[in-house]
Amino acid sequence: MDKDILSIVIAGHVDHGKSTMIGRVLFDTGSIPEDKLAAIKVASGAGAEGPDLAFLTDQFQEEREKLMTIDTSQIRFSTSLRDYVIIDSPGHAEFTRNMMTGATRADFGILVVSAADGPEEQTKRHAYILNMLGMKTLAVLVNKMDLAAYSEERFNAVVGETEVFLQRIGTKMLYAIPVSAVKGDNIAKRSKNMRWYKGLTLLSCLDKFKGENLSGGKPLRFPVQDVYEIGGEKIFVGRVESGTLRKGDGVLVSTSGERTTVKDIKGFRVSRVSAEEGENIGITLAEERGVLAGSVLSALARPAVPRESFDADIFWLAELPMRAGERFTFRCASQEAECVIEKIEKRIDPSTLETLDEMAGSVGPNEIGKVRIVCSKPVVVEDLAFIPGLGRFVLENDAGVQGAGIIR
Amino acid sequence: MDHLAKLENESIYIIREAYKRFRTMAMLWSIGKDSTTLLWLARKAFFGRLPFPVMHIDTGFKFKEIYDFREKYRKAWALDLIVSRNETMLREGTSPSKGKFLCCDALKTAALKETIERHGFKALLLGIRRDEHGIRAKERYFSPRDAAFKWNYDHQLPELWDLYKKDVSGGEHLRVHPLLHWAEVDIWRYIRQEKIPTVSLYFAVGGKRFRSIGCQPCCSPVASKADSVKKIIKELETTKISERSGRAQDKEDAYTMQKLRSLGYM
Repeated sequence: MDKDILSIVIAGHVDHGKSTMIGRVLFDTGSIPEDKLAAIKVASGAGAEGPDLAFLTDQFQEEREKLMTIDTSQIRFSTSLRDYVIIDSPGHAEFTRNMMTGATRADFGILVVSAADGPEEQTKRHAYILNMLGMKTLAVLVNKMDLAAYSEERFNAVVGETEVFLQRIGTKMLYAIPVSAVKGDNIAKRSKNMRWYKGLTLLSCLDKFKGENLSGGKPLRFPVQDVYEIGGEKIFVGRVESGTLRKGDGVLVSTSGERTTVKDIKGFRVSRVSAEEGENIGITLAEERGVLAGSVLSALARPAVPRESFDADIFWLAELPMRAGERFTFRCASQEAECVIEKIEKRIDPSTLETLDEMAGSVGPNEIGKVRIVCSKPVVVEDLAFIPGLGRFVLENDAGVQGAGIIR
Repeated sequence: MDHLAKLENESIYIIREAYKRFRTMAMLWSIGKDSTTLLWLARKAFFGRLPFPVMHIDTGFKFKEIYDFREKYRKAWALDLIVSRNETMLREGTSPSKGKFLCCDALKTAALKETIERHGFKALLLGIRRDEHGIRAKERYFSPRDAAFKWNYDHQLPELWDLYKKDVSGGEHLRVHPLLHWAEVDIWRYIRQEKIPTVSLYFAVGGKRFRSIGCQPCCSPVASKADSVKKIIKELETTKISERSGRAQDKEDAYTMQKLRSLGYM
């Protein structure tokens, strides 16, 4: 009886209509309770144009006064086929960290491009970020078609320009749809203003999208999150990041290089024989063998190989630049280590794809660094496409998260 | 893994992450459906026995059913319960009739502040959900409040994947929201699946039931015939009324919730 659920992030340049688009989707799917719609009508001083649908997600007074999204938010809606989480994100470059916060929760990306302006700096930066986060396909919505006289020619020009950029970063455009979020063209209902368009509406495109099932056939990776002592017994808790964990299996301990055996798998009031990817469980071990919070247990047949140094792509979020030689705390799943940026092989502007520097001295905000990282102790990292939970990390200092990293 | 199992696993990960970072922590239990579900999940996360206290912010204006439920399950689940009351303001006669904003701020936020300071809690688990209110939809899972309890909502920290904020400084504490991604109907489906007990006020009597409960003077029931969990789920699948339509503090003006929350309200 549970329907499938898909998380979609709406990305794109500031003022291209992302929040209004979300409001339109919610309005057209009947997802807005009557009393909330009435409240938005009052707050936006709705006249003949109807309520400002962006106010559904733009809830801060500051956002409504500036008519601009500052922080990400999420709203649920449903079609007859499945449930969705729709994630709004701010388009302004200053708030890219908030866009990333939303985008790291998404399964699928929609890039909104204004028909009036075409792809701009943040359109491209957001497309790059989605690709980096593992979303290699996306849908392009050419919005504000009402301001471009519903012109097929204009639509084709904007799609063409956008697709050229997407091809350069290796993203496949699954759909391109001409829409007007304000008027409701091609969102839930087929537009009468664009009879030349024969493709899907936004909602039917979403309903057709199938997430890739990447989980089959992966080796066991179980990062230990914490250790509890309950009733004189040590329980190692964590989430199975990949593969299957079975009672009686031998496992390799990343932090000690030793082997041990899974004695029992604990649930709430029950003992279990196995646990699958995504499950949060507790286990007991035949021998402790140096297992602690931050250890990664892996399958003996396909063990994880801890390493001290590795290459990664970093998207830099902080205002102060990241410098070659600078030290950070590296965090990946439950692992933590001190690390140093040994070298910055390239510094790239994700909105132009221009290489700004080879062997760069630093990477600034909203830029990409292709770097070599050296940790103070061996850690388990995997290719993002292979085991996502061990392919992404953050770099932190006392001020918190400074950069987002992906293992390539 | 089905939808409810995914929600449950994500929440358990967050609960355990909070405890890993902050052994000195507590959870807020309003005795409503959400925080009772959160309590259930926390008991699961720790194999039946909570390793931290449960805090009830008692404004003195709660329904009798809420107090009865609290006492019953405090014993049944062997909870370490802290009852947090702002006795000074209650003695001075603070009540909703003197202004809802002031009342919520004094009897809930100030009481909470006092209890946090007394116990030195560094993190609090709260059962808020994004779909309850647009302002709550802007929250992070791990959301800091400064010593003055302020939520710096227009400069929130990035929160990437499930690599959550791991420390606090100075007089800060963290609000941790393990149910942020749950919708109202998910809560009820999970209550049905797990057979979680809930306060009787949620079930219709004489054509009315409470969809969201808090203090008696500020909660109105909605018209409903749903007198069982199954019927509530059915009702939520088709309703056109929002969950907190009966909650007075959401309505004083468009930004009351933003103002309350920026000062440390839940």
